[in-house]
Amino acid sequence: MAIQQISVFVENKQGKLVETVKTLADNDINIRAMSIADTKDFGILRMITSDNAKTREVLSKDTVVNSTDVIAVKMADRPGALYKVIAILSKEGINIEYMYAFTASDALGAYVVFRVDDVQQAQELIDKNGLKSLSDEDVQNM
Amino acid sequence: MGKYFQPEIETASREEILAIQNEKIVRQVKNVYENVKYYRDLMDEKGIKPEDIKGVEDIKKLPFLSKADLREGYPYGLLGTDLKNCVRIHSTSGTTGKRVVAFYTQHDIDLWEECCARAIVAAGGSSEDVVQVCYGYGLFTGGSGLHGGSHKVGCLTLPMSSGNTDRQIQFMMDLKATILCCTPSYAAYIGESLAERGYKPEDNCLKAGIFGAEPWTEEMRQSIQKSLGIKAFDIYGLTETSGPGVAFECEEQTGMHINEDHFYAEVIDPDTGEVLPDGSKGELVFTSLDKEGFPLLRYRTRDICVLTRKKCSCGRTHVKMTKPMGRSDDMLIIRGVNVFPSQIETVLLKEGYTPNYQIEIDRINNSDTFEIKVEMAPEQFSDIVSINQAKEKKLEQAMRTMLGIGPKVRLVPPKTIARSEGKAVRVIDHRKLHD
Repeated sequence: MAIQQISVFVENKQGKLVETVKTLADNDINIRAMSIADTKDFGILRMITSDNAKTREVLSKDTVVNSTDVIAVKMADRPGALYKVIAILSKEGINIEYMYAFTASDALGAYVVFRVDDVQQAQELIDKNGLKSLSDEDVQNM
Repeated sequence: MGKYFQPEIETASREEILAIQNEKIVRQVKNVYENVKYYRDLMDEKGIKPEDIKGVEDIKKLPFLSKADLREGYPYGLLGTDLKNCVRIHSTSGTTGKRVVAFYTQHDIDLWEECCARAIVAAGGSSEDVVQVCYGYGLFTGGSGLHGGSHKVGCLTLPMSSGNTDRQIQFMMDLKATILCCTPSYAAYIGESLAERGYKPEDNCLKAGIFGAEPWTEEMRQSIQKSLGIKAFDIYGLTETSGPGVAFECEEQTGMHINEDHFYAEVIDPDTGEVLPDGSKGELVFTSLDKEGFPLLRYRTRDICVLTRKKCSCGRTHVKMTKPMGRSDDMLIIRGVNVFPSQIETVLLKEGYTPNYQIEIDRINNSDTFEIKVEMAPEQFSDIVSINQAKEKKLEQAMRTMLGIGPKVRLVPPKTIARSEGKAVRVIDHRKLHD
């Protein structure tokens, strides 16, 4: 099950990031995972949050926000775990636009979030190979 | 060669000049009325017949022409003669992408080049000189105008065109250029580049520079004169009336003599169109007295300046105009290129963006920086960096095609562009262009 990621455009200006993160704090939104891509002029903050609908709503007031489907695949804690996943995707010609990792709790373990060009096919491959990935419901209940 | 290129006309008495103008205007109005339907219609609308124009005193009765008319008449609407009599076209940017095309007969080219020759001689030029022309050649009038003028004076002409500063400097030093023609910002840049290469102002052979096509200040003149070790002269003109050389500075450096035997100048109130007396600040309006290909009557330049008839120590008798002090429209001059905000709007709408943008211009190291911030809609935003950057690049390319110069485009979130009293601020110009 692919999950929803919210991406936020953050101008490369003093105070812009703090403004964005404060809005989330003020609205009781928990950031489960995040990464930031930056250029000279702007950054893109990508997040998986406890309430994506609300995140969209509150951040849309001040900037541009979009949602994308990504796949959060559970990683075994051993060498070669990431290689195994990427090899599966690569073999089928799926391109990874970007990826980032996060750890939930000790019990839940570590995940790598993949943003790919063909999310449906990638999800099928993950499932077929017996790898565990998160659903939107999992994220909410974390 | 002496002090003047055409001494009889350049130092003619006021009465002599008036007599020439009166004779030419009667003929010109008759010619335009007969050959330019667009202008004939405007005259008919006003109830003005060619017989009503008995001299330059009557010019104020004629209808104005503006850039909008040139756009409407594009391309042949204001042509004053048979195309077969024309030998050249030059062009400048229009307000919404349609360019202005101006036609020249050989007579028009000759009179234009003579005007430029007067400017070169006024700057101290003679057949002994080596004139380095680094205005752009091509559709732009800067290059060919000064080039032709330089030929008329008999100077050795270096047709460098713009850019490639290394080569400019090499030729300037090796071929001992004595007069430099370019935009003032490029002159300042060459000055700095020479210093960077270890040259002192006295190492070059330059004695004068003829600089125009963009606004510059007295302060900038002083700095260019110092860095190049020259005397810097201003020159004015526009494609609609010919090109550079419509007016030029003499050794007194206190304004530009308008070549009144070819161009009749008025200053008007930009709001009412009323003609203002000499010495008043207003919009400059030109009437071409003897051009054949593109004989514009009462063309509104949108440049704000003052005309003065105070006696000039150089001995020239033609009226002087101050440097343009601003514009009565929203045209910007960036790196010597005319840019209208409406052109930017046109590109944005065509590329699927909202017309919410802001232009920011500055002059850093004597070169204009040009950035456009564009608000994007949520659906135009991607979570992938390279996709957003590709959108910026595509807009930059489209802007370059439309404007002739490339801005840096930055996409920004909606509603982030500063608005004052609800109205978006379209242009932030940090440059100090006028004294």
